[in-house]
Amino acid sequence: MSDIDLDRADPGFKHEVARRRGAEGIKRCYACGACSARCPVGELNPDFDPRRLIRLVVLGLRDEVLSSPLLWVCSTCYTCQETCPEGVDFTEVLFVLKNMAVEAGCFPPTLGAQVELLKNHGRLYEITDFENEKRAELGLPPLDERPDDFLALLKDFQPETKGDA
Amino acid sequence: MSWALFLGCTVPVRNLNYEAAVRKTAAGLGLELADLPGFGCCGFPLKSLSSEQALVLTVRNLALAQADGRDVVAVCSACAATLSEAEHVMSRDPDLAARVNERLAEIGLSYRGGVKVRHYTRLIHEEIGPERIREAVVRPLDGGRFAPHYGCHYLKPAEAMDHFDSPEDPRSLTVLIEALGAEAVEYPGLKDCCGGGVLGTDEDLAQRMAFGKLERIDQMGLTGLVVICPFCNVMFEGQQKTMAKKFGSKIKVPLFFYPQLLGLALGFTPEELGFKHNRIKDKDFLKAFEPAKG
Repeated sequence: MSDIDLDRADPGFKHEVARRRGAEGIKRCYACGACSARCPVGELNPDFDPRRLIRLVVLGLRDEVLSSPLLWVCSTCYTCQETCPEGVDFTEVLFVLKNMAVEAGCFPPTLGAQVELLKNHGRLYEITDFENEKRAELGLPPLDERPDDFLALLKDFQPETKGDA
Repeated sequence: MSWALFLGCTVPVRNLNYEAAVRKTAAGLGLELADLPGFGCCGFPLKSLSSEQALVLTVRNLALAQADGRDVVAVCSACAATLSEAEHVMSRDPDLAARVNERLAEIGLSYRGGVKVRHYTRLIHEEIGPERIREAVVRPLDGGRFAPHYGCHYLKPAEAMDHFDSPEDPRSLTVLIEALGAEAVEYPGLKDCCGGGVLGTDEDLAQRMAFGKLERIDQMGLTGLVVICPFCNVMFEGQQKTMAKKFGSKIKVPLFFYPQLLGLALGFTPEELGFKHNRIKDKDFLKAFEPAKG
């Protein structure tokens, strides 16, 4: 990780983040590090450090945060947020930061493929005769796809990635 | 009482053994499960891209259950948590609920709030309970020693789950295993995450998260690891051979979905419980539950 350059800081960034649902508590963080101490991802990849990510947001380092590949390695185990003594929901904060990164065009391209699958099938896995035959062997009822609802609800949702993350 | 069975995307395609065992055990315990044809993706896969867009998809399912007059039981922990959180949020943020309902009106649905969502394991724990399970057991799993793996989204976020079990000291799955006559073993790392959440973005990291637990359980010489979520199963069973090769290890840890164990104890056969779909199993253990020949 590079040194922090405060000349690039955007003091409004933390307020912008805290206005979003789930991230409201971020300004209460007093950097005790309980989140980082118990993070199972951080244990194996020390670059992933929830406390440091919160500091970067509070300092206003918008680009460094939103373009960071580290946003995408949270396993969403919720340990940080159940642990935080100040009620900062860090798992939710990360979802907010990921959403903002997506709006800025920075996200792993594989996530876009899931949108297409849902638009086409309403599920992550296509249901064909093959799947239903295997289900019938175990006496399970056939499944169908109802993609119309998903197509209607997702028609304007087409996030585009610049592929940075 | 009857519940709408929410299968999600993965279980009805990749874990037919789990689904079969859920249906058999529910019938055996007198829990009526109904299939709702309109159920689709729970929305969780889109949450990283847009929480609000994902929420619309989540609440679509709750609205369908409400129109059908049923509460929901989910078999995937990620689905259970996503649906529970959505109900929690919709009942506390009227502005957001109004925006979501405006979107759902496009497909002729609306959600008033109040549908209760539970994971199947939680449902068994709360509606039947270990005492009645113990009474219903016809073939106790005597001598079986199992490591419970609760996983994360079964318990957390605890607030959205009504704090039904403690994320720090979870008990519900442990007592349900013990009710079958088996031993549920406490082990270091019992609460550790399977790593499934990062498999798509960092495979190596996900594998290192899962492998530590498998190695510890292998050393303990247990009958198997008990899971209740398809993603935990992907990591511990689907990835097990790949990980053993990668990390130069000879581990073999049989996997069980809890309803499969419950089903054996209730008298169902391994075939009825879909054990042929289990990729890593202990055939000697299962032999005792085969129907008598001739």
